[in-house]
Amino acid sequence: MRPYADNVKYLQDEALKRVLVFDGPRGTMIQQRQLSEEEFRGERFKDYPTSLKGNNDLLNITQPQIVEEIFSEYLDAGSDFVGTNTFNSTSISQADYGLEEICYELNFEGAKIARRAADAATQKTPDKPRFVVGAMGPMSKTLSISPDVNDPGYRAVTFDEVKAAYKEEAQGLVDGGVDFLAVETVFDTLNCKAAIVAIDEVREEKGIDISIMVSGTITDLSGRTLSGQTVEAFWNSIRHAKPFSVGLNCALGAEEMRPHIVEFARIADCLICTYPNAGLPNEFGEYDQTPEIMAEFLGEWAESGLVNIVGGCCGSTPAHVKAIAEAVADAAPRERKSQIVTTRLAGLEPLALPQ
Amino acid sequence: MTSTANFINIGERTNVTGSAKFKKLILGDDYDAALEVARDQVENGAQIIDVNMDEGMLDSKEAMEKFLKLIASEPDICRVPIMIDSSKWDIIEAGLKTVQGKAIVNSISLKEGEEPFKHYAKLVRRYGAAVVVMAFDTDGQADTAARKYEICERSYRILVDEVGFPPEDIIFDPNIFAVATGIEEHNNYAVEFFEAAKQIKANLPYARVSGGLSNVSFSFRGNDPVREAMHSVFLYHGIKAGLDMAIVNAGQLTIYDDIPPSLLEPVEDVILNRRDDATERLLDAAEQYRGQGGQKREVDLSWREGPVQQRLTHALVNGITEYIVEDTEEARANATRPLDVIEGPLMAGMDVVGDLFGSGKMFLPQVVKSARVMKQSVAYLMPFMEKEKEEAGITEDSNAGTILLATVKGDVHDIGKNIVGVVLQCNNYKIIDLGVMVPAADILACAKEENVDIIGLSGLITPSLDEMVTVASEMERQGFDVPLLIGGATTSKVHTAVKIDPTYRKNQTVYVTDASRAVGVASHIMNHETRAEFLKETRAEYEEMARRHAQGKKQSARAPLEQARANKYVVDWSSYQPPVPQFLGLKTFETYDLAELTRYIDWTPFFQTWELVGKYPQILDDAKIGEAATQLYNDAQVMLQRIIGEQWLTPKAVIGFWPANARGDDILLYADETRHEVASIFHTLRQQMARSSDRSNFALADFIAPEETNTPDHLGGFVVTAGGVEEQVKRFKEAHDDYSAILLQALADRFAEAFAERMHERARKEFWAYASEEAFDNEALIKESYQGIRPAPGYPASPDHTEKRTLFRLLESEQRIGVGLTESCAMLPASSVSGLYFSHPESQYFGVGKIGKDQVEDYAKRKGVPFEEMERWLRPNLGYES
Repeated sequence: MRPYADNVKYLQDEALKRVLVFDGPRGTMIQQRQLSEEEFRGERFKDYPTSLKGNNDLLNITQPQIVEEIFSEYLDAGSDFVGTNTFNSTSISQADYGLEEICYELNFEGAKIARRAADAATQKTPDKPRFVVGAMGPMSKTLSISPDVNDPGYRAVTFDEVKAAYKEEAQGLVDGGVDFLAVETVFDTLNCKAAIVAIDEVREEKGIDISIMVSGTITDLSGRTLSGQTVEAFWNSIRHAKPFSVGLNCALGAEEMRPHIVEFARIADCLICTYPNAGLPNEFGEYDQTPEIMAEFLGEWAESGLVNIVGGCCGSTPAHVKAIAEAVADAAPRERKSQIVTTRLAGLEPLALPQ
Repeated sequence: MTSTANFINIGERTNVTGSAKFKKLILGDDYDAALEVARDQVENGAQIIDVNMDEGMLDSKEAMEKFLKLIASEPDICRVPIMIDSSKWDIIEAGLKTVQGKAIVNSISLKEGEEPFKHYAKLVRRYGAAVVVMAFDTDGQADTAARKYEICERSYRILVDEVGFPPEDIIFDPNIFAVATGIEEHNNYAVEFFEAAKQIKANLPYARVSGGLSNVSFSFRGNDPVREAMHSVFLYHGIKAGLDMAIVNAGQLTIYDDIPPSLLEPVEDVILNRRDDATERLLDAAEQYRGQGGQKREVDLSWREGPVQQRLTHALVNGITEYIVEDTEEARANATRPLDVIEGPLMAGMDVVGDLFGSGKMFLPQVVKSARVMKQSVAYLMPFMEKEKEEAGITEDSNAGTILLATVKGDVHDIGKNIVGVVLQCNNYKIIDLGVMVPAADILACAKEENVDIIGLSGLITPSLDEMVTVASEMERQGFDVPLLIGGATTSKVHTAVKIDPTYRKNQTVYVTDASRAVGVASHIMNHETRAEFLKETRAEYEEMARRHAQGKKQSARAPLEQARANKYVVDWSSYQPPVPQFLGLKTFETYDLAELTRYIDWTPFFQTWELVGKYPQILDDAKIGEAATQLYNDAQVMLQRIIGEQWLTPKAVIGFWPANARGDDILLYADETRHEVASIFHTLRQQMARSSDRSNFALADFIAPEETNTPDHLGGFVVTAGGVEEQVKRFKEAHDDYSAILLQALADRFAEAFAERMHERARKEFWAYASEEAFDNEALIKESYQGIRPAPGYPASPDHTEKRTLFRLLESEQRIGVGLTESCAMLPASSVSGLYFSHPESQYFGVGKIGKDQVEDYAKRKGVPFEEMERWLRPNLGYES
């Protein structure tokens, strides 16, 4: 069992001294390698009936050395955390490939690879221990939105199905040795709440106190999540998870994300962890924000005391992470704020009762 | 964009056990209509909606899921939190699995013992919901205050200590039962509820109290006026006892003040169980209750003989509404199309008004009255135009531009904004007024949807300045390209230039001094020929102003805090014995004679509200504005009579005195005269201007004896309110009578100030009794020529608004008189005044002015508040760049 509580304590102390650094995306780095169908399949799935190219998480089993290489690059760039290559390793997401059966294994192996890379880095720089975050990504099926415009009461999936999928994922990640579980790129708060219930059950069953990180996604300039909540409503809705950190990732570049991080920094009483995309996609759908520009934005966030943990999402690379790590190195981290104790509720919008 | 409200209305209509209509819809599978019921509730002000599907004929679990899923697709319904209401856990759990926001579970209780209670509580927590806990245990539902409280306390201890449930997420329902049922044991049910609520609020920190309101009036089913009166009276007393929320029919709440006295008294007798025959008397009164009304007037009617255009113009210029409908109809009958009446005779009349106003021959109150006439005329024409459009399929809009107005989040003051709105309407602008306490997101969403031409923000208290910056930066972020107008008492051109203008570069921010200027600014903006030039000039002016401001800043150095403290105002305490108040602790004034208060009204600011500048009473004889002022004054007198006669205002006050001594710049309040235990602390700010003269650097703490002098001293505090006028104001607005609406708001403000003056006088003469001999007339009072001061947090001597939180907590203001604070520390209802009482003869008003970072750091530390947060609250007073 990992020393969860000690790690949290260490990181919370460390977070008082400096801005910590998250990693960058696995997907972008995998795409860069332009792997072939055969490489994705590896030995084990060479006769699999359908195409597996693009199933990045499968590389945890078929090409673990590539995944580990990517982690090492991020760790060398200065990441304090690496997130496992398990963004789509739930049975609901893997159903696209018919690979529901191997989800536990994807997560277990995914955790082990990241663990190896992190431990190797820790050994190299013992004064800077590295941590593994079990990445639990979103699903293509969502609990608050009907996929059928003519039938708003319809849902493609149930709460219990989502919960079961996340639970299996969390079990694999915990058994594989992660230090944290991160529910990330949250489009729909109800899916996130199902993940929180799943993690809570895993904790109870295993008798462990692993901490959760939650990262939402503001999908466009409306300032709301895909399922329609404001930042504060989202926070009110997931606050019961007592997360180690909250924040935002994906969908927006740093520039567009900033006001929402300001809002989060104002209301959250835990650490703020955030990793925007490398700008918005250009007309070819590519991210072309340079490491320098992205680092300048995130450096300013750190200077402004908005963040505790920063990293990059889509389009960023180890070079971005390195530039970011340098940009925030000397900034004082955001101080944790205690919030006024009052009843806080939420629909799409927050409702706080007067004290 | 948190919305905070003092009392939370939970919509009750989406409940199959409570609403026959809703039940029928659900049983008939008519979910579209059922959604409309939910929408109605939210539109009528429900801040949470209760959903209950407990019905034997129904698959309740499926119905709960289905309805909540449908609600999730309706943003204007699911913007509010859901209360999942069922007596069965599996239905509740199904609900919890369907709601993305933070919901409330209604309910769990100890009725099946501790183990299931703990189990359910743990699950509620896991799903991330708040919970209603009923005062119910294995012995049944509690009906006495003692048992209600005892069960709630036991539940609280289990939840907080054993389950780890956050206390702020616990909402107790101590059972509202029917009264006046004819059964004697039921008579005290409401009183028992109030008593239990009080104990819960006093002893169980952060817990909330709720209840199902309709139960109380069950025995009067079929008699809605009586039921509504009972609900209103129950809420009135319940809120005072600590009721935070209730399940109500949000569309059908009468306000307490509107209950006719003949009904109010017997209802209060029943609710408060004040007499043995209360039920019989209420039954009688219910039959007798009838409405009343009527008014008369006499005037010179010779103008009625002119042609219709002349009559319309006369009515508009003189603000006469009596004949507007018949004149409008006559004009309509003569015109080809109803729109021609607006564009022809009405606009011609308004042009006259505009010319007179522009040339300084008409004044604001008169223009607002003209607008009332205009609005009523347009309201009459509306149906004709709708019909015409329908028939011809026309969709045209012929206004000069669309302007969105809002008082920003956290602020409740809107008289100025209302006046601006009316004046702009007079000039043919379409006004979308979003009201008060409007979050940035709502403003911008509406602006986008309505494609407005201009956004105008208003605010009165200093925290609103920050909120305006937030709105401006959101506009920038969201890529808005419309001019932003800023107005309101604390706003200024400098603040606009230095703080707002730089955050919104896409278009231009313009500071608007007063309502009279609003039209000029709007027309410059809407005129294509002048727009570009006007905005460019404004930007240049603001940039120059910001530049000069930045330079000026460097020169005005602050004295270091230590130096300022060394130069404090020194009172000779050795030769002075501070007076001792007649009582310690709190005193509540549940109501107050309005007629008595009218004598204390300071009229000068009343005229200022209407942009009529001059001292009362001389202003009435002023050569230029005397006539307008007199007219306004007369209208105010008539309304005063109505306010008093029909009791539109319910003044309430709470005052308190505490043993106090100063420690440095803080004022310690002690629990009792032994002065061993510090019960609370007021923090004061010290002037830091570098003094060359022998003038001191004041802080309010200087006027309280320091603890080292061993001189027992005291501090007083007060909150007074004229009561809320929103309902009556709304009624006026719905009748297209903005003039009366604004008049009433302005008078309510005056009443609140008058009440504060009167209470201060009584404090000096009776309660603190150090000035029993004092006899001043009202003018002397207004000049403040008496001994002692009553500075208010948020004003120059004490600029930190958050000190109000301490004051309001100490005075139990919310519970005792229903005056609360918004997140920006604005008082709600708006017509309220609060402050501290100082008795020392040398105590005086001063302005703290700009302060240094050293003091902000020191002050934040003393208050135990993060430095940045303190800076945010004190921003207008920061003497350095933060």
